[in-house]
Amino acid sequence: MAEATVTSAPTRSTSVSGWLRVYGVYAALVVVLVINLLFTDNFFAVDNFRIQLVQVVPVLVVALGMALVIGTEGIDLSVGAVMALAAAVIPLWLGYGVVPAVLVALVAGLVVGLVNGGVIAFIGVQPIVATLALMVGGRGIALVISGEQLKSIQNQDLRSLGTAEVAGIPLIVVIAAVLAVLVWLLVSSTTYGRQLVAVGGNRRAAELSGLPVKRVLITAYVLCALLASIAGVIGVARAGASVPSTLGNLIELSAITAVVVGGTPLSGGQVRVWGTVAGALLLQLIDATLIKHDVPDSYSQIVQAVIIVIAVFVQRGKGVRS
Amino acid sequence: MSAPTTASTVDAGAAAPTRRRGEAVAELFSQHGAVAVLVLLLVVGSLAFDTFGTVDNLSNVAVQGSFLAIVALGVTFVILTGGIDLSVGSVFALGGVLAAYGSGGGWLTAILLPVAVGALIGLVQGGLVAYAGMAPFIVTLAGLLGARGLVFAITDEGNTTPKVKSEAFVSLGQGHVWEATWPVVIMLALFAVGWVVRQRSRAGQVVVATGGGEDASRLMGLPVARVKLGVYVASGMLAAFAGALNAARSSSGVTTVGVGMELEAISAVVIGGTLLSGGRGNVTGTLAGVYLLGVIQNLINQVGSLTSSIQSVVSGGFLLVVVILQTLLSPSRKT
Amino acid sequence: MTDDVRPPVLQAQGITKVFGGVRALSGVDFALGEGEAHALVGENGAGKSTLIKVLTGVHRPDEGQVLLGGEPRSFGRPLDAQQAGISTIYQEVNLIPLMSAAQNVYLGREPRTSFGLVDTRAMERDARELLDSYGIDVDVRRPLRTLGLGAQQMVALARAVSIDARVVIMDEPTSSLEPREVRTLFEVIARLREQGIAIVYVSHRMDELYEVCEKVTVLRDGRLVHTGDLADLPRLELVAMMLGRTTSEMSGSGVTEFGEEAHTQAAEPVLVAEHLTRKHEIEDVALSVRPGEVLGLGGLLGAGRSETLKAVAGAMPLDRGQVSLDGKRVRSGSVPAAIRAGVVLLPEDRKAEGIIPNLSVRENIVLAALPRLSRFGFTSRRKQDAVVRTMMERLHIKASSPEQPVAELSGGNQQKVMIARWLAMSPRVLLLDEPTRGIDVGAKAEVQALIDELAREGLGIVLVSSELEEVIEGADRMVVLKDGAVVAELNGEEITEERLMAALSTETALPADPGAPPEEASRG
Repeated sequence: MAEATVTSAPTRSTSVSGWLRVYGVYAALVVVLVINLLFTDNFFAVDNFRIQLVQVVPVLVVALGMALVIGTEGIDLSVGAVMALAAAVIPLWLGYGVVPAVLVALVAGLVVGLVNGGVIAFIGVQPIVATLALMVGGRGIALVISGEQLKSIQNQDLRSLGTAEVAGIPLIVVIAAVLAVLVWLLVSSTTYGRQLVAVGGNRRAAELSGLPVKRVLITAYVLCALLASIAGVIGVARAGASVPSTLGNLIELSAITAVVVGGTPLSGGQVRVWGTVAGALLLQLIDATLIKHDVPDSYSQIVQAVIIVIAVFVQRGKGVRS
Repeated sequence: MSAPTTASTVDAGAAAPTRRRGEAVAELFSQHGAVAVLVLLLVVGSLAFDTFGTVDNLSNVAVQGSFLAIVALGVTFVILTGGIDLSVGSVFALGGVLAAYGSGGGWLTAILLPVAVGALIGLVQGGLVAYAGMAPFIVTLAGLLGARGLVFAITDEGNTTPKVKSEAFVSLGQGHVWEATWPVVIMLALFAVGWVVRQRSRAGQVVVATGGGEDASRLMGLPVARVKLGVYVASGMLAAFAGALNAARSSSGVTTVGVGMELEAISAVVIGGTLLSGGRGNVTGTLAGVYLLGVIQNLINQVGSLTSSIQSVVSGGFLLVVVILQTLLSPSRKT
Repeated sequence: MTDDVRPPVLQAQGITKVFGGVRALSGVDFALGEGEAHALVGENGAGKSTLIKVLTGVHRPDEGQVLLGGEPRSFGRPLDAQQAGISTIYQEVNLIPLMSAAQNVYLGREPRTSFGLVDTRAMERDARELLDSYGIDVDVRRPLRTLGLGAQQMVALARAVSIDARVVIMDEPTSSLEPREVRTLFEVIARLREQGIAIVYVSHRMDELYEVCEKVTVLRDGRLVHTGDLADLPRLELVAMMLGRTTSEMSGSGVTEFGEEAHTQAAEPVLVAEHLTRKHEIEDVALSVRPGEVLGLGGLLGAGRSETLKAVAGAMPLDRGQVSLDGKRVRSGSVPAAIRAGVVLLPEDRKAEGIIPNLSVRENIVLAALPRLSRFGFTSRRKQDAVVRTMMERLHIKASSPEQPVAELSGGNQQKVMIARWLAMSPRVLLLDEPTRGIDVGAKAEVQALIDELAREGLGIVLVSSELEEVIEGADRMVVLKDGAVVAELNGEEITEERLMAALSTETALPADPGAPPEEASRG
């Protein structure tokens, strides 16, 4: 009896913040939508939603990979550089067709992911520095490859990737949705996904249970980099140009914010895929709302900063408990 | 049972000196490696390019690096405690803009206004880290966004670039003391103070102890939380001050400066031999790290045929090698 | 207390401390005379560390008071106790490894020049003199981590003493020291006592206690069992008191759920471990288990029982030694290799090394077996549910549903989840480290019955438990460890409390002097 009381007490005391952590992002999303319904003209128009969805795609795709890495109690700062790398290699291979060009872009991501994951899992470098090195160096390599030139893309197949529609929905939005479903499937119903969550939840226990901890870690960084390179391809297709100097700048910060706001704790052990999707959408919609109301860009940035602090502060209860 | 014991005793005895020598070399490399490489590059550069070793070129390198150096000085102390400060780039820009506005009230306000705001930002961040127990990475990430937002908020979304109105303040950025320009002199003075604080003050010892073992430091009764708060305040002040100096040099508060500067600063600190996990490092290493990056950039420019983006490849690669070496040589890895 | 010749410098009166409904200390008295070396002993959960934490201001007592020099004192934090003259040296050296020895000694109170700057030269000189005065020869400018553990411990001691300490509390100070360093430590302790500094000495090494201490206080289950002169107390009696027995008391059987008869055993051992050695942990440990046999590992806290299990399970890298299963050698230092061979470990620290708190009961059970319960990398809920249902029924795991987060379960049910995780792997050998610690009486009986049943089914089991009756009644055979080495093996009828205690209290030679031959200096 006594034991039951002891165990139930902490559950109850954290239930409010627990609810906020899990559903807060959806609630916030609803609140933003309602506010817009009431106060924003022309917000609830198909065109507007199409624009919002298209704009959120790169951050969303990168955030999906970031969520996996954060689930292992890591972080990946190199995602923006990976996007730039992908953008840089595409024009070089486009002559052979879209497929080889995209494949090479993915290989670039794979290599960065392997280096990140290897240095972190085998050498034990902190994720934040290891990926910082590739963040600085990766973009440099991208710029060297591209000769610091903006290259416009003439290949119609690739350009149409950015403009095509499937049943009235932009193709890249469909791609992002498919990726979100795939990542969700990976996390929720594959051996790998459950092992990843276990490694993030209690690394020592995972090791003692015979889980392939190092392989799980490396794979997480590889997947994150692959998703980032897909985001890079999408970015090039949409812009109709390869601009390695600016593509994906600061996207790591937006992605981390989306993941954290979506309820995935930085302390690892959980991956909230739909929360991450909602987090990315929330940030996008807040931005759009402020723009529609002629609130200067600067304030939306400050708002974003406040949201990060609040989101992490809410999560703090969990960190103390475990 | 006695035989294996003897064997293992002998083993330990033989292994210890080798390991110790290895550690000593590693220690020497990680603490003074940046200085050595810097000297090497200066020598090689002077021999290879006629235009490199000139007083003009070198003093140019010195001035250009001085702003980053001041920022990195603050970041060094934050990293020594085991923390990180991502907000310095934005605070740098904010400092410049505030200095330009403040220069209307004379050169003193042009300095005091940004430094005070920098201190305030550091106080908020440090408070959240030291007393609310939040992760430095996230807190200062919010600081990065928030401070940049503030820059644009007070400059009509970056559409106005406030001009510096005080002649005295401009001369602080552009004037000379003998051969050296003021920013370099000020930077060196700040590093001298930083060196004394790091090496010879009790607070400096606590900073290093906090990063070297936070729990042990608490058990020893050291004021860990206060020192953590202090380093973020210092970092904010120094970043804002560096921004002010930069505004004085360019006669205006440019809103777009300092983007990515936090990464340069962290890279310079780590290359300078400071452990990113905290507890070891010194300000001279940081100074060497800053100018190592600066000289590499200058040399790449000298070559001419190379694009300047090679510089980030080199610094990224350098950083990776340094952190791998640090991790491999760190004591916690002995499993 | 009145017959005490020396006035007590530190006293605790009627200390009671309750943590979340559990009484860690109930009405404990403790008195420490000036210049006295006082042993504080007790098994796990006896309340030693709580008492130390009360004395040093980490915890506030719920009842009772601490008197320093006869005056009641209340320490709000460790610093207050330190400034009042009570210093503590922890088992894990609590200094800053990257800073120099001199900096560590004077951290926070460095000598300063007239400009207020740290006077490095004076600091190093003082540190050198201080360490020299205790006969410790180290380079005070070198980072602490480059010094040996013994030297580090001495630096900690120097720091403790130089803060004008009147009392120095040492928690397992010798656990990582070489015999020669132990010798130096003892010399330093003697010097301190000459200066009137009192020592509280916590150690599990019986031989050291008798050499160093004159007084002893025994705690068990948060209560004071005995306090008095150590020399008058026979070793056997001391061990008996620590374990909660009297020497005259005969071992009663039937306290646990273990069956009376020995299990039927095959002739050939399933698992053989030889020469397991890791510096400072275990030394040339050998053991074997037959199918259907429960092998008990006897020994006091710190004897190397958990380390031995970890070594067998591949969870601790070894300097030497090997484990083989059915005659086939298992790659050492690899948990997956051990699991593949069929050797699994239920770790002692359920929270830190066992459960994955954010996952459900179901996921915790299937964690290790996940690849087997998947098809093409996709988990199969159907296969999982079948396993989980079987396990939950068989082990009587009480949870609202398999989807309940495991962190919400009681300790006993968490433990059963851990056992289920391994049974799902169909192991050959089960290594159980404190399987019934921290779980309620009912669950304890169930776990004990389960161990019995598993052995009957032909599993080899190695059992570590700090509950005496559990190992004695549960084990068919027992290997007794002391200071990391095997000191006795007991079979069948020989497994009695008397025999075990006799084995535990045997005197082993302490190193005589630094020049002692290695035979004698093998282990402190």
